[in-house]
Amino acid sequence: MRENMLDKNGIAKRIAKEVKDGYYVNLGIGIPTLVANFVRDDIEVEFQSENGVLGMGPFPFEGEEDADIINAGKQTITTLPGASFFDSATSFSMIRGKHVDLTILGAMEVSENGDIANWKIPGKMVKGMGGAMDLVASAENIIVAMMHTNRAGASKLLKTCSLPLTGVGCVKKIVTNMAVIEITSKGFKLLERAPGVSVEEIEKATEGHLIIEGDIPEMIL
Amino acid sequence: MINKKVANVTEALKGVKDNMTFMFGGFGLSGIPENAIAGLVKLNIKGLTCISNNAGVDDFGLGLLLQQKQIKKMISSYVGENDEFERQMLSGELDVELIPQGTLAERARAAQAGFPAFYTPAGYGTEVAEGKETREFNGKMYVLENAFKADYGFIKAWKGDAAGNLIFKGTARNFNPNMCGAANITVAEVEELVPVGELDPNQVHVPGIFVQRIFKGAHFEKRIEQRTVRQKSN
Repeated sequence: MRENMLDKNGIAKRIAKEVKDGYYVNLGIGIPTLVANFVRDDIEVEFQSENGVLGMGPFPFEGEEDADIINAGKQTITTLPGASFFDSATSFSMIRGKHVDLTILGAMEVSENGDIANWKIPGKMVKGMGGAMDLVASAENIIVAMMHTNRAGASKLLKTCSLPLTGVGCVKKIVTNMAVIEITSKGFKLLERAPGVSVEEIEKATEGHLIIEGDIPEMIL
Repeated sequence: MINKKVANVTEALKGVKDNMTFMFGGFGLSGIPENAIAGLVKLNIKGLTCISNNAGVDDFGLGLLLQQKQIKKMISSYVGENDEFERQMLSGELDVELIPQGTLAERARAAQAGFPAFYTPAGYGTEVAEGKETREFNGKMYVLENAFKADYGFIKAWKGDAAGNLIFKGTARNFNPNMCGAANITVAEVEELVPVGELDPNQVHVPGIFVQRIFKGAHFEKRIEQRTVRQKSN
Protein backbone atom coordinates (compact mmCIF):
# COMPACT_ATOMS: atom_id res chain seq x y z
CA MET A 1 0.00 0.00 0.00
CA ARG A 2 1.31 3.40 -0.92
CA GLU A 3 1.81 5.90 1.81
CA ASN A 4 -0.69 8.44 0.53
CA MET A 5 -3.55 5.97 0.58
CA LEU A 6 -5.83 6.09 3.59
CA ASP A 7 -5.37 3.78 6.53
CA LYS A 8 -8.29 2.19 8.39
CA ASN A 9 -8.79 5.28 10.52
CA GLY A 10 -8.81 7.45 7.40
CA ILE A 11 -11.58 5.34 5.88
CA ALA A 12 -13.53 5.51 9.14
CA LYS A 13 -13.06 9.29 9.26
CA ARG A 14 -14.48 9.74 5.76
CA ILE A 15 -17.45 7.46 6.48
CA ALA A 16 -18.19 9.39 9.68
CA LYS A 17 -19.20 12.32 7.44
CA GLU A 18 -22.10 10.20 6.15
CA VAL A 19 -23.54 9.92 9.66
CA LYS A 20 -26.28 12.51 10.09
CA ASP A 21 -28.04 14.04 13.08
CA GLY A 22 -30.80 11.77 14.42
CA TYR A 23 -29.47 8.59 12.84
CA TYR A 24 -29.63 5.14 14.38
CA VAL A 25 -26.50 3.41 13.07
CA ASN A 26 -25.39 -0.23 13.00
CA LEU A 27 -21.63 -0.66 12.82
CA GLY A 28 -20.07 -3.93 11.68
CA ILE A 29 -16.87 -5.44 13.01
CA GLY A 30 -13.46 -4.05 11.92
CA ILE A 31 -13.11 -0.66 10.19
CA PRO A 32 -16.83 0.18 10.77
CA THR A 33 -16.32 0.02 14.55
CA LEU A 34 -13.77 2.86 14.22
CA VAL A 35 -16.37 5.17 12.66
CA ALA A 36 -17.82 5.92 16.12
CA ASN A 37 -14.54 7.65 17.04
CA PHE A 38 -14.94 10.26 14.30
CA VAL A 39 -18.61 11.22 14.42
CA ARG A 40 -19.08 14.96 15.05
CA ASP A 41 -19.96 15.65 18.66
CA ASP A 42 -22.50 18.34 17.81
CA ILE A 43 -24.96 15.78 16.38
CA GLU A 44 -27.10 13.16 18.13
CA VAL A 45 -26.52 9.61 16.94
CA GLU A 46 -27.30 6.25 18.57
CA PHE A 47 -25.30 3.14 17.81
CA GLN A 48 -27.12 -0.18 17.66
CA SER A 49 -25.36 -3.47 18.25
CA GLU A 50 -27.26 -6.52 17.01
CA ASN A 51 -26.59 -8.53 20.17
CA GLY A 52 -29.10 -6.27 21.90
CA VAL A 53 -28.09 -2.73 22.80
CA LEU A 54 -29.00 0.70 21.52
CA GLY A 55 -26.98 3.65 22.79
CA MET A 56 -23.55 2.04 22.88
CA GLY A 57 -20.82 4.08 24.50
CA PRO A 58 -17.01 3.80 24.47
CA PHE A 59 -14.97 0.92 25.88
CA PRO A 60 -14.97 0.81 29.70
CA PHE A 61 -12.07 1.96 31.84
CA GLU A 62 -9.87 -0.80 33.12
CA GLY A 63 -11.52 -2.54 36.07
CA GLU A 64 -14.99 -1.49 34.95
CA GLU A 65 -15.52 -4.24 32.35
CA ASP A 66 -18.79 -6.13 32.65
CA ALA A 67 -19.18 -9.61 31.09
CA ASP A 68 -22.88 -8.83 30.66
CA ILE A 69 -22.31 -5.72 28.50
CA ILE A 70 -20.64 -6.45 25.18
CA ASN A 71 -20.95 -5.47 21.50
CA ALA A 72 -21.41 -7.69 18.44
CA GLY A 73 -17.63 -8.15 18.30
CA LYS A 74 -17.84 -9.58 21.85
CA GLN A 75 -15.82 -6.63 23.16
CA THR A 76 -16.66 -5.12 26.53
CA ILE A 77 -18.44 -1.77 26.11
CA THR A 78 -20.33 0.85 28.10
CA THR A 79 -23.74 2.40 27.50
CA LEU A 80 -24.69 6.06 27.29
CA PRO A 81 -27.61 7.77 29.07
CA GLY A 82 -30.80 6.81 27.22
CA ALA A 83 -29.49 3.38 26.23
CA SER A 84 -31.63 0.25 26.17
CA PHE A 85 -31.14 -3.51 26.10
CA PHE A 86 -33.36 -5.96 24.24
CA ASP A 87 -33.53 -9.53 22.98
CA SER A 88 -32.20 -10.74 19.61
CA ALA A 89 -35.60 -10.97 17.90
CA THR A 90 -36.30 -7.35 18.86
CA SER A 91 -32.85 -6.36 17.65
CA PHE A 92 -33.53 -7.83 14.23
CA SER A 93 -36.99 -6.27 14.20
CA MET A 94 -35.14 -2.95 14.33
CA ILE A 95 -32.96 -4.08 11.42
CA ARG A 96 -35.49 -5.98 9.27
CA GLY A 97 -38.17 -3.39 9.98
CA LYS A 98 -35.92 -0.62 8.60
CA HIS A 99 -35.79 1.35 11.84
CA VAL A 100 -32.00 1.58 11.60
CA ASP A 101 -31.01 4.49 9.34
CA LEU A 102 -27.49 3.52 8.32
CA THR A 103 -25.57 0.25 8.17
CA ILE A 104 -21.79 0.27 7.81
CA LEU A 105 -20.04 -3.03 7.22
CA GLY A 106 -16.91 -4.60 5.80
CA ALA A 107 -16.67 -6.76 2.69
CA MET A 108 -14.36 -9.14 0.87
CA GLU A 109 -15.91 -8.32 -2.52
CA VAL A 110 -18.50 -5.94 -3.95
CA SER A 111 -19.82 -6.15 -7.51
CA GLU A 112 -20.79 -3.27 -9.78
CA ASN A 113 -24.51 -4.06 -9.29
CA GLY A 114 -24.20 -3.83 -5.49
CA ASP A 115 -23.86 -7.53 -4.57
CA ILE A 116 -21.72 -8.12 -1.51
CA ALA A 117 -19.68 -11.13 -0.32
CA ASN A 118 -18.25 -11.11 3.20
CA TRP A 119 -18.96 -14.36 5.04
CA LYS A 120 -17.26 -17.33 3.49
CA ILE A 121 -14.23 -18.42 1.47
CA PRO A 122 -15.07 -21.99 0.41
CA GLY A 123 -12.54 -24.48 1.78
CA LYS A 124 -10.62 -21.77 3.64
CA MET A 125 -12.61 -19.59 5.96
CA VAL A 126 -16.09 -20.43 7.19
CA LYS A 127 -17.00 -18.28 10.15
CA GLY A 128 -20.58 -17.56 9.26
CA MET A 129 -22.64 -14.56 8.30
CA GLY A 130 -23.68 -13.45 11.79
CA GLY A 131 -26.16 -10.63 11.27
CA ALA A 132 -24.75 -9.46 7.94
CA MET A 133 -27.36 -11.19 5.74
CA ASP A 134 -30.22 -9.70 7.74
CA LEU A 135 -28.61 -6.27 7.62
CA VAL A 136 -27.92 -6.16 3.88
CA ALA A 137 -31.30 -7.67 2.96
CA SER A 138 -33.25 -4.91 4.70
CA ALA A 139 -31.16 -1.79 5.16
CA GLU A 140 -31.79 0.94 2.59
CA ASN A 141 -28.63 2.83 3.34
CA ILE A 142 -25.59 0.54 3.31
CA ILE A 143 -22.01 1.78 3.18
CA VAL A 144 -19.18 -0.69 2.72
CA ALA A 145 -15.86 0.09 4.39
CA MET A 146 -12.94 -1.83 2.94
CA MET A 147 -9.52 -1.75 1.30
CA HIS A 148 -9.72 -1.27 -2.47
CA THR A 149 -7.60 -4.38 -3.11
CA ASN A 150 -6.96 -7.59 -1.19
CA ARG A 151 -3.62 -8.65 0.32
CA ALA A 152 -2.58 -10.20 -2.99
CA GLY A 153 -3.21 -6.84 -4.69
CA ALA A 154 -6.32 -7.99 -6.56
CA SER A 155 -9.32 -5.66 -6.87
CA LYS A 156 -12.22 -6.13 -4.46
CA LEU A 157 -14.52 -4.05 -6.69
CA LEU A 158 -15.58 -6.59 -9.29
CA LYS A 159 -17.87 -7.10 -12.26
CA THR A 160 -19.38 -10.05 -10.40
CA CYS A 161 -18.47 -11.46 -7.00
CA SER A 162 -16.53 -14.73 -7.03
CA LEU A 163 -17.23 -15.64 -3.38
CA PRO A 164 -20.58 -16.83 -1.96
CA LEU A 165 -22.90 -13.83 -1.67
CA THR A 166 -24.15 -12.20 1.51
CA GLY A 167 -26.77 -10.14 -0.32
CA VAL A 168 -27.78 -9.07 -3.82
CA GLY A 169 -27.98 -5.54 -5.24
CA CYS A 170 -27.90 -3.91 -1.83
CA VAL A 171 -24.72 -1.83 -1.46
CA LYS A 172 -25.17 1.89 -2.17
CA LYS A 173 -21.77 3.33 -1.41
CA ILE A 174 -18.21 2.11 -0.89
CA VAL A 175 -15.45 3.96 0.93
CA THR A 176 -11.99 2.47 0.42
CA ASN A 177 -8.42 3.54 1.09
CA MET A 178 -8.43 5.03 -2.44
CA ALA A 179 -11.88 6.35 -3.24
CA VAL A 180 -15.54 7.00 -2.51
CA ILE A 181 -17.70 5.15 -4.99
CA GLU A 182 -21.45 5.14 -5.53
CA ILE A 183 -23.21 2.12 -6.99
CA THR A 184 -25.45 3.15 -9.86
CA SER A 185 -27.49 1.15 -12.37
CA LYS A 186 -24.55 1.57 -14.77
CA GLY A 187 -21.78 0.50 -12.41
CA PHE A 188 -19.29 1.99 -9.94
CA LYS A 189 -19.41 5.79 -10.10
CA LEU A 190 -16.27 7.49 -8.81
CA LEU A 191 -17.22 10.35 -6.48
CA GLU A 192 -14.03 11.23 -4.61
CA ARG A 193 -10.33 10.34 -4.55
CA ALA A 194 -8.23 9.82 -1.44
CA PRO A 195 -5.78 12.74 -1.06
CA GLY A 196 -2.92 12.30 -3.52
CA VAL A 197 -4.43 9.28 -5.30
CA SER A 198 -4.99 9.71 -9.04
CA VAL A 199 -8.02 8.68 -11.08
CA GLU A 200 -5.73 6.40 -13.12
CA GLU A 201 -4.58 4.55 -9.99
CA ILE A 202 -8.20 4.02 -8.93
CA GLU A 203 -9.13 2.80 -12.41
CA LYS A 204 -6.25 0.34 -12.32
CA ALA A 205 -7.32 -1.02 -8.94
CA THR A 206 -10.98 -1.43 -9.97
CA GLU A 207 -11.92 -4.53 -11.95
CA GLY A 208 -15.60 -3.61 -12.40
CA HIS A 209 -16.83 -0.85 -14.70
CA LEU A 210 -15.79 2.54 -13.27
CA ILE A 211 -17.75 5.60 -14.35
CA ILE A 212 -15.69 8.80 -14.33
CA GLU A 213 -17.56 12.02 -15.01
CA GLY A 214 -15.79 15.39 -14.96
CA ASP A 215 -13.22 16.36 -12.36
CA ILE A 216 -13.08 14.01 -9.40
CA PRO A 217 -12.47 15.96 -6.19
CA GLU A 218 -10.25 14.83 -3.34
CA MET A 219 -11.94 13.66 -0.15
CA ILE A 220 -12.17 16.24 2.61
CA LEU A 221 -11.25 14.50 5.83
CA MET B 1 -48.14 -20.16 42.01
CA ILE B 2 -47.03 -23.14 39.95
CA ASN B 3 -43.67 -24.21 41.27
CA LYS B 4 -40.95 -24.71 38.61
CA LYS B 5 -38.03 -24.85 41.02
CA VAL B 6 -35.67 -27.81 40.89
CA ALA B 7 -32.85 -28.38 43.36
CA ASN B 8 -29.86 -28.47 41.05
CA VAL B 9 -28.54 -29.00 37.56
CA THR B 10 -28.87 -32.80 37.82
CA GLU B 11 -32.60 -32.49 38.36
CA ALA B 12 -32.84 -29.77 35.74
CA LEU B 13 -31.31 -32.05 33.10
CA LYS B 14 -33.58 -35.03 33.84
CA GLY B 15 -34.68 -36.73 30.63
CA VAL B 16 -31.91 -35.55 28.31
CA LYS B 17 -30.74 -38.34 26.00
CA ASP B 18 -28.46 -39.11 23.07
CA ASN B 19 -29.49 -37.68 19.68
CA MET B 20 -31.70 -34.93 21.08
CA THR B 21 -31.96 -31.35 19.80
CA PHE B 22 -31.12 -28.57 22.24
CA MET B 23 -31.31 -24.78 22.06
CA PHE B 24 -28.84 -22.64 24.00
CA GLY B 25 -29.17 -18.95 24.78
CA GLY B 26 -26.13 -16.68 24.67
CA PHE B 27 -24.13 -14.44 22.36
CA GLY B 28 -20.46 -15.32 22.30
CA LEU B 29 -19.85 -16.31 25.92
CA SER B 30 -22.29 -13.74 27.27
CA GLY B 31 -25.50 -15.12 28.76
CA ILE B 32 -24.71 -18.77 28.09
CA PRO B 33 -26.21 -21.47 30.35
CA GLU B 34 -22.85 -22.44 31.86
CA ASN B 35 -24.27 -24.82 34.46
CA ALA B 36 -26.43 -26.78 32.02
CA ILE B 37 -23.45 -27.08 29.65
CA ALA B 38 -21.24 -28.37 32.48
CA GLY B 39 -23.98 -30.86 33.37
CA LEU B 40 -24.24 -32.09 29.79
CA VAL B 41 -20.46 -32.53 29.68
CA LYS B 42 -20.70 -34.76 32.76
CA LEU B 43 -23.55 -36.83 31.32
CA ASN B 44 -21.52 -37.20 28.13
CA ILE B 45 -24.58 -37.83 25.98
CA LYS B 46 -23.78 -37.91 22.26
CA GLY B 47 -25.18 -37.23 18.82
CA LEU B 48 -26.62 -33.86 19.84
CA THR B 49 -28.00 -31.22 17.52
CA CYS B 50 -27.29 -27.83 19.07
CA ILE B 51 -28.99 -24.58 18.11
CA SER B 52 -26.94 -21.65 19.37
CA ASN B 53 -25.82 -18.38 17.82
CA ASN B 54 -22.16 -19.30 18.45
CA ALA B 55 -20.24 -22.45 19.34
CA GLY B 56 -18.21 -21.18 22.29
CA VAL B 57 -14.42 -21.13 22.41
CA ASP B 58 -12.10 -24.15 22.62
CA ASP B 59 -12.25 -24.52 26.39
CA PHE B 60 -15.52 -22.84 27.37
CA GLY B 61 -19.18 -22.76 26.46
CA LEU B 62 -20.30 -25.23 23.80
CA GLY B 63 -16.61 -25.77 23.01
CA LEU B 64 -16.65 -28.14 26.00
CA LEU B 65 -19.26 -30.36 24.32
CA LEU B 66 -17.28 -30.22 21.07
CA GLN B 67 -14.12 -31.38 22.85
CA GLN B 68 -15.90 -34.56 23.91
CA LYS B 69 -17.41 -34.96 20.43
CA GLN B 70 -20.92 -34.82 21.88
CA ILE B 71 -22.27 -32.64 19.09
CA LYS B 72 -23.33 -34.13 15.76
CA LYS B 73 -24.76 -30.97 14.26
CA MET B 74 -24.52 -27.23 15.00
CA ILE B 75 -27.03 -24.65 13.82
CA SER B 76 -25.43 -21.21 14.29
CA SER B 77 -24.87 -17.84 12.66
CA TYR B 78 -21.21 -17.30 13.56
CA VAL B 79 -18.64 -19.88 14.57
CA GLY B 80 -15.25 -18.15 14.47
CA GLU B 81 -12.80 -18.22 17.40
CA ASN B 82 -12.95 -21.99 17.87
CA ASP B 83 -10.15 -24.16 16.42
CA GLU B 84 -11.64 -27.50 17.48
CA PHE B 85 -14.91 -26.52 15.84
CA GLU B 86 -13.13 -25.66 12.60
CA ARG B 87 -11.17 -28.91 12.68
CA GLN B 88 -14.30 -31.06 13.18
CA MET B 89 -16.19 -29.14 10.51
CA LEU B 90 -13.45 -29.38 7.88
CA SER B 91 -12.88 -33.09 8.60
CA GLY B 92 -16.61 -33.74 8.19
CA GLU B 93 -17.11 -35.05 11.75
CA LEU B 94 -19.43 -32.16 12.53
CA ASP B 95 -22.41 -31.16 10.44
CA VAL B 96 -22.83 -27.37 10.38
CA GLU B 97 -25.79 -25.30 9.25
CA LEU B 98 -25.01 -21.59 9.14
CA ILE B 99 -28.03 -19.31 9.10
CA PRO B 100 -28.48 -15.54 9.39
CA GLN B 101 -28.59 -14.30 12.97
CA GLY B 102 -31.97 -12.59 12.67
CA THR B 103 -33.38 -15.76 11.13
CA LEU B 104 -32.02 -17.78 14.05
CA ALA B 105 -33.71 -15.45 16.55
CA GLU B 106 -36.98 -15.47 14.64
CA ARG B 107 -37.03 -19.27 14.17
CA ALA B 108 -36.83 -19.51 17.97
CA ARG B 109 -39.45 -16.83 18.49
CA ALA B 110 -41.76 -18.48 15.92
CA ALA B 111 -41.50 -21.77 17.81
CA GLN B 112 -42.31 -19.95 21.05
CA ALA B 113 -45.24 -18.12 19.47
CA GLY B 114 -46.75 -21.03 17.54
CA PHE B 115 -45.93 -19.92 14.01
CA PRO B 116 -44.83 -22.83 11.79
CA ALA B 117 -42.82 -20.59 9.44
CA PHE B 118 -42.29 -17.01 8.31
CA TYR B 119 -40.91 -15.07 5.38
CA THR B 120 -37.71 -13.06 5.73
CA PRO B 121 -35.66 -11.15 3.16
CA ALA B 122 -32.39 -12.33 4.76
CA GLY B 123 -30.40 -14.65 2.53
CA TYR B 124 -32.46 -14.19 -0.61
CA GLY B 125 -30.23 -14.73 -3.66
CA THR B 126 -27.56 -16.50 -1.57
CA GLU B 127 -26.83 -20.16 -0.81
CA VAL B 128 -28.89 -19.83 2.39
CA ALA B 129 -32.04 -19.69 0.22
CA GLU B 130 -31.15 -22.76 -1.86
CA GLY B 131 -33.93 -25.33 -1.80
CA LYS B 132 -36.25 -23.02 0.13
CA GLU B 133 -39.55 -21.57 -1.00
CA THR B 134 -39.31 -17.91 -2.04
CA ARG B 135 -42.09 -15.43 -2.61
CA GLU B 136 -42.55 -11.82 -3.64
CA PHE B 137 -44.35 -9.35 -1.42
CA ASN B 138 -44.73 -5.73 -2.59
CA GLY B 139 -41.98 -6.10 -5.16
CA LYS B 140 -39.40 -7.61 -2.79
CA MET B 141 -38.29 -11.24 -2.55
CA TYR B 142 -38.48 -13.25 0.68
CA VAL B 143 -37.38 -16.71 1.84
CA LEU B 144 -39.63 -19.07 3.82
CA GLU B 145 -37.97 -20.21 7.05
CA ASN B 146 -39.34 -22.80 9.50
CA ALA B 147 -39.76 -22.54 13.26
CA PHE B 148 -37.23 -24.55 15.25
CA LYS B 149 -38.20 -27.83 16.88
CA ALA B 150 -36.15 -28.80 19.91
CA ASP B 151 -36.37 -31.14 22.89
CA TYR B 152 -34.82 -28.83 25.48
CA GLY B 153 -34.01 -25.15 25.63
CA PHE B 154 -31.26 -24.04 28.02
CA ILE B 155 -31.59 -20.47 29.22
CA LYS B 156 -29.47 -18.25 31.43
CA ALA B 157 -31.08 -15.34 33.26
CA TRP B 158 -29.92 -12.91 35.94
CA LYS B 159 -32.83 -13.20 38.38
CA GLY B 160 -35.76 -15.54 38.56
CA ASP B 161 -38.32 -16.96 40.97
CA ALA B 162 -39.90 -20.36 41.55
CA ALA B 163 -42.82 -19.36 39.30
CA GLY B 164 -40.30 -19.30 36.42
CA ASN B 165 -40.39 -15.54 35.89
CA LEU B 166 -37.11 -14.22 34.50
CA ILE B 167 -35.16 -10.96 34.37
CA PHE B 168 -32.02 -10.58 32.28
CA LYS B 169 -29.06 -8.24 32.62
CA GLY B 170 -27.44 -6.18 29.87
CA THR B 171 -26.62 -7.88 26.59
CA ALA B 172 -26.63 -11.26 28.34
CA ARG B 173 -30.32 -11.19 27.40
CA ASN B 174 -29.75 -11.81 23.64
CA PHE B 175 -31.40 -15.04 22.41
CA ASN B 176 -32.48 -16.22 25.87
CA PRO B 177 -35.99 -14.69 25.97
CA ASN B 178 -36.71 -15.82 22.40
CA MET B 179 -35.80 -19.41 23.21
CA CYS B 180 -38.00 -19.64 26.33
CA GLY B 181 -40.97 -21.81 25.46
CA ALA B 182 -39.50 -22.62 22.04
CA ALA B 183 -38.49 -26.18 22.99
CA ASN B 184 -40.56 -28.96 24.60
CA ILE B 185 -38.88 -28.28 27.95
CA THR B 186 -37.31 -24.95 28.89
CA VAL B 187 -34.68 -25.09 31.61
CA ALA B 188 -33.61 -21.76 33.08
CA GLU B 189 -30.58 -21.25 35.29
CA VAL B 190 -30.29 -18.01 37.23
CA GLU B 191 -27.65 -16.17 39.22
CA GLU B 192 -30.22 -15.20 41.84
CA LEU B 193 -33.30 -17.23 42.66
CA VAL B 194 -35.44 -14.79 44.64
CA PRO B 195 -38.53 -15.53 46.76
CA VAL B 196 -41.82 -15.45 44.85
CA GLY B 197 -43.33 -11.99 45.12
CA GLU B 198 -40.02 -10.21 45.14
CA LEU B 199 -39.81 -9.59 41.39
CA ASP B 200 -41.82 -6.55 40.32
CA PRO B 201 -44.32 -7.92 37.74
CA ASN B 202 -43.73 -4.73 35.73
CA GLN B 203 -40.09 -5.65 35.32
CA VAL B 204 -40.42 -9.33 34.36
CA HIS B 205 -38.90 -9.98 30.91
CA VAL B 206 -40.15 -13.56 30.48
CA PRO B 207 -43.33 -14.76 32.23
CA GLY B 208 -43.03 -18.10 34.03
CA ILE B 209 -45.45 -19.86 31.67
CA PHE B 210 -42.58 -20.25 29.17
CA VAL B 211 -40.32 -22.00 31.69
CA GLN B 212 -40.67 -25.60 32.95
CA ARG B 213 -37.67 -25.85 35.28
CA ILE B 214 -35.66 -23.21 37.08
CA PHE B 215 -32.61 -23.55 39.32
CA LYS B 216 -29.90 -21.42 40.84
CA GLY B 217 -26.63 -22.04 39.02
CA ALA B 218 -23.96 -23.33 41.41
CA HIS B 219 -21.21 -21.36 39.70
CA PHE B 220 -20.98 -18.70 37.02
CA GLU B 221 -17.58 -17.91 35.57
CA LYS B 222 -19.00 -15.31 33.13
CA ARG B 223 -15.85 -15.30 31.06
CA ILE B 224 -15.11 -12.23 28.90
CA GLU B 225 -14.16 -13.13 25.33
CA GLN B 226 -12.69 -9.80 24.22
CA ARG B 227 -11.66 -7.67 27.18
CA THR B 228 -11.43 -4.19 25.67
CA VAL B 229 -10.72 -1.09 27.73
CA ARG B 230 -9.76 2.54 27.26
CA GLN B 231 -7.10 4.41 29.19
CA LYS B 232 -7.97 7.11 31.68
CA SER B 233 -6.64 10.41 30.41
CA ASN B 234 -4.26 12.12 32.87
